[in-house]
Amino acid sequence: MSQPTALIPDAPEQSLIASARPPFFRRRSAIPGFGLTLGITITVLSIVVLVPLSAVAIKASGLGWSGLIAAGFSDRALAAYRLSFGAALIAAGINGVFGLITAWALVRYRFPGKALVNALVDLPFALPTAVAGISLAALYGPHGWIGGLLAPLGIKVAYTPLGVIVALTFIGLPFVVRTLEPVVRDLADDVEEAAASLGASRIATLVKVVLPSLAPAWLTGFALAFARAVGEYGSVIFIAGNKPYHSEIAPLLIVIELEQFNYEEAAAIALVMLVAAFVMLFVINAIQAWSRRYS
Amino acid sequence: MSLSHARHPTEDPAWARWNILALVLGFLALMLILPLVAVFAGALEKGLQASLAAISDPDAISAVKLTLLVAAIAVPFNAAFGICAAWAISKHYFPGKSFLITLIDLPFSISPVVSGLIYVLVFGAQGWFGDWLIDHNIAIIFAVPGIVLATVFVTFPFIARELIPLMQEQGVAEEEAAVSMGASGLVTFFLVTAPNIRWGLFYGILLCNARAMGEFGAVSVVSGHIRGLTNTMPLHIELLYNEYDFVGAFSVAALLCLLALVTLALKTGLELTQSVRGRHV
Repeated sequence: MSQPTALIPDAPEQSLIASARPPFFRRRSAIPGFGLTLGITITVLSIVVLVPLSAVAIKASGLGWSGLIAAGFSDRALAAYRLSFGAALIAAGINGVFGLITAWALVRYRFPGKALVNALVDLPFALPTAVAGISLAALYGPHGWIGGLLAPLGIKVAYTPLGVIVALTFIGLPFVVRTLEPVVRDLADDVEEAAASLGASRIATLVKVVLPSLAPAWLTGFALAFARAVGEYGSVIFIAGNKPYHSEIAPLLIVIELEQFNYEEAAAIALVMLVAAFVMLFVINAIQAWSRRYS
Repeated sequence: MSLSHARHPTEDPAWARWNILALVLGFLALMLILPLVAVFAGALEKGLQASLAAISDPDAISAVKLTLLVAAIAVPFNAAFGICAAWAISKHYFPGKSFLITLIDLPFSISPVVSGLIYVLVFGAQGWFGDWLIDHNIAIIFAVPGIVLATVFVTFPFIARELIPLMQEQGVAEEEAAVSMGASGLVTFFLVTAPNIRWGLFYGILLCNARAMGEFGAVSVVSGHIRGLTNTMPLHIELLYNEYDFVGAFSVAALLCLLALVTLALKTGLELTQSVRGRHV
């Protein structure tokens, strides 16, 4: 922003009581309670989030470098990461495709029951993961409504990596829809009209005009669904079968190490997951910053 | 929408509309409605009586009570924190704001299992304060305080992230007017700010509560799974399911399903009437 904020009348942080240059770096606000509320915020944040999180790194460091690598990257742990990250990637991909057309249909089409469908999209946010887990396990189990149909075809979903993908698709479903929806709504239809009037077919308009402008939001939704799926536990463990090297997700491996009182090993795997989570958070923030500049 | 009219250039052709709509509704029916129906079908498999018996079992009742207790502590705590954080961030100017918001959002990026693990590492028998807690006979891990802590952690950002953008949009003019006329900070908050943010606050509380009552992974790590004592509803579901008591598991699950449906209904109502916009992302 090249314009000085003082010239914009409705800038959110613009103070009615005009202040000269801020003392130090803080522009003074006439509203009281700054020290108190910021103090409480930082104290609570530190006690609840930051200090306990640091315990992971500190505990894992007790293993030393070689121990850390042995525990954090053992064959079993590597197989678990492959499953957690691989299944999360596929699930986010499925949600990328269906989330795109769902958002499109919710904004552009009129159909009966639309309000209900719209509300239902958020179900995975509201439904406890354990409930989703046992429900999906029952549905896709060998005698379930869906599993029973697939079994004669020789397709096993429950207790295989396929089951993990199903659960992760469920919990990631709202992310792409909800990030795309406002962007589809704000899409200026004059560019679409221009493309159409210049003779572009509807398909060409969608592929060359609409999809590129949805790309940043789509990527954000995809990354959010992926990040959520990587760490997911409750909905997965019931349907996964949890066989080591085959259908065992990384968060479950942490629980198993804990149950055997291997605190340092558990912390080592948790540290790998945390670093991955921070990298994803950084990537998501970067995409969002990029998309803000783009739009 | 008669056929005699030419299709508007920004409208998809009818065949495309029907196909996309069929695909969308089919996918949502398969992924959302079927699991929902399966829960209630599982609960009622042996009739309503069996289902009611399962949720009036003493262990189930103590799980419901514990879940309500945990939510009754965690949600107001996070509401108070959210208001404090939003006040500091939205009504004042200081550097590092967006970094602070990122830190508040952090629990959303962390696996629930890791969220539980961190408290085991701090308060568990082998943890930083383990010896001190044992000497003073204070139980946090495998007890109710640990469950509350883990729940506070996973629901930490919900209310703050709802209030911060809302209060930033509202600006500081009304508060400054109140203060310049001599109102104290608290009076300004309760008489000026609170009426402006009440629906956003309610919206955040709603989502926070749904997650608090439904949290599984983090709570599972710190609870110790003591039947009738440290089992919340989601943990009780797991216990019944692993004992092959499917009617019991799905009956308790159906209760949580109802909670989820009520949450969605209230949430949709708020979005339609109060122009509260959800910020999931």
